[in-house]
Amino acid sequence: MSYPRGTFIRNTAAARVNHWITAACFVLLMISGLSMFHPMLFFLSAVFGGGQWMRAAHPWIGCILLVSYAGLIVQFWRDNLPSRDDVEWMKAIGAILTNDEEHIPEVARFNTGQKFVFWSMALLVPALFFTGLVIWDAYFEHFTPIETQRAAALIHSMAAAIAIMIWIVHVYAAIWVRGSVRAMTRGYVTPGWAWRHHRKWLRQLAATGSRGPTPQTGGDRPA
Amino acid sequence: MSNLQSQDYIRISASTLTPPSVRNHEQEVAKLIDVSRCIGCKACQAACMEWNNLRAEVGRFEGSYDNPLDLDPSTWTLMRFTEWDNDQGNLEWLIRKDGCMHCEDPGCLKSCPAPGAIVQYANGIVDFISENCIGCGYCVKGCPFNIPRVSPVDHKSYKCTLCSDRVGVGLEPACVKACPTGAIMFGSKTDMTNWAGERVVDLKSRGFENAGLYDPPGVGGTHVMYVLHHADRPSLYAGLPANPQISVFVQAWKGVLKPLALAGIAVTAAAGFLHWVVWGSNEVEDRDEKEAAELIRAEGGPK
Repeated sequence: MSYPRGTFIRNTAAARVNHWITAACFVLLMISGLSMFHPMLFFLSAVFGGGQWMRAAHPWIGCILLVSYAGLIVQFWRDNLPSRDDVEWMKAIGAILTNDEEHIPEVARFNTGQKFVFWSMALLVPALFFTGLVIWDAYFEHFTPIETQRAAALIHSMAAAIAIMIWIVHVYAAIWVRGSVRAMTRGYVTPGWAWRHHRKWLRQLAATGSRGPTPQTGGDRPA
Repeated sequence: MSNLQSQDYIRISASTLTPPSVRNHEQEVAKLIDVSRCIGCKACQAACMEWNNLRAEVGRFEGSYDNPLDLDPSTWTLMRFTEWDNDQGNLEWLIRKDGCMHCEDPGCLKSCPAPGAIVQYANGIVDFISENCIGCGYCVKGCPFNIPRVSPVDHKSYKCTLCSDRVGVGLEPACVKACPTGAIMFGSKTDMTNWAGERVVDLKSRGFENAGLYDPPGVGGTHVMYVLHHADRPSLYAGLPANPQISVFVQAWKGVLKPLALAGIAVTAAAGFLHWVVWGSNEVEDRDEKEAAELIRAEGGPK
């Protein structure tokens, strides 16, 4: 593993690959979905080689995303469990938004905002998948009554719009908090980054002598 | 159908622009199907196949006069036969020619996401422009009459064109031409409505007191209308909907949600950008690295 000396591993290679498969699927689904959603965005279907290809590809990409996101859930669910820290974090939201580091409580591996993104997508992805199956006419047109399909189309679009808004928050947060993008591309962060943004996580790693992303259990160093 | 008479479009699917509208003298047309005069010969079905060059796969006898059993990508019109024991205990054979109703407010067109795949001409005909169709099946969800069928072969949606190609050059639709009893009439919507009025009077005088014209207002009226002997119970005629309307789900999906969702997405993106402009990025400082190094040293030195 080629992580620079003295850095901490924020995301394992498996998690990173998994994340970027999900990200690619999400972006492609967003482009194709938006082109079917609003007339002014239909031009986006050209990315897929035209409307017919876009229509045919969209649900298959959705299937890949479901599997891929399931992988992310498996890898990240534990560190995304809500804790008492989340209450403190939410109380400090003003300080957080204004980069007032002195008044932000210590955060473990994921802060409340990250947990919110994780769990919202954990709900929205299956919702989008199942409503998507209902309106996947090429294969499932005759499985559900037409009124169900109409409701599914509406729910699918609403869920997608919400997912896109959350995705914007996710992407912007990665740009805003410098060093986050590298944590997901190359996988490492500097000790200072960990100290500034996830101090509790850093303490756990340091206490157990772990390089990350999770504290060593049963390590030789006492906690 | 192909892209005919584009200057006569009054509605275009998935378009936010005003269609060319300089030609405005078009008269609204209508096909009037007088169910009371239909003998169920299926000449209209045969004529539709012949004119539009459609050959559905030969199926099997299923114990019904309905043949084929349902509309399909190459069956754009279909005689539907209903045997009904009326209130006097007599058998009535109700035969309805099913097919696109050419709604004034077409749910298919409202639902369609592909620009110009569904159009409505000034004469009222709702037409599918196949080359623009992407095969998503949204028109099926929009239609209150269960008419469009997406072909599994070419992934295009098909339905009755009201013979827009014939009407465009001054001919009546093929089914009208073929009908031997005059049960299918074609002309201006006004003339057809007037003619239906006469037929209704006649039917009432012969004991069909609930006879009437089927021109459902829930979809703004239709350009295919029925004279029914039992207009109070349209569902007798193989499930003709009594009050067809574009589903509320489709209305919300294609109405309020579109601007709302785009606005939500735009506002979220703008909020992110403004946050960047006002508060900037959150960067790690030397102090953080020093503090971290101290912590790591305290916990047992660098790894």
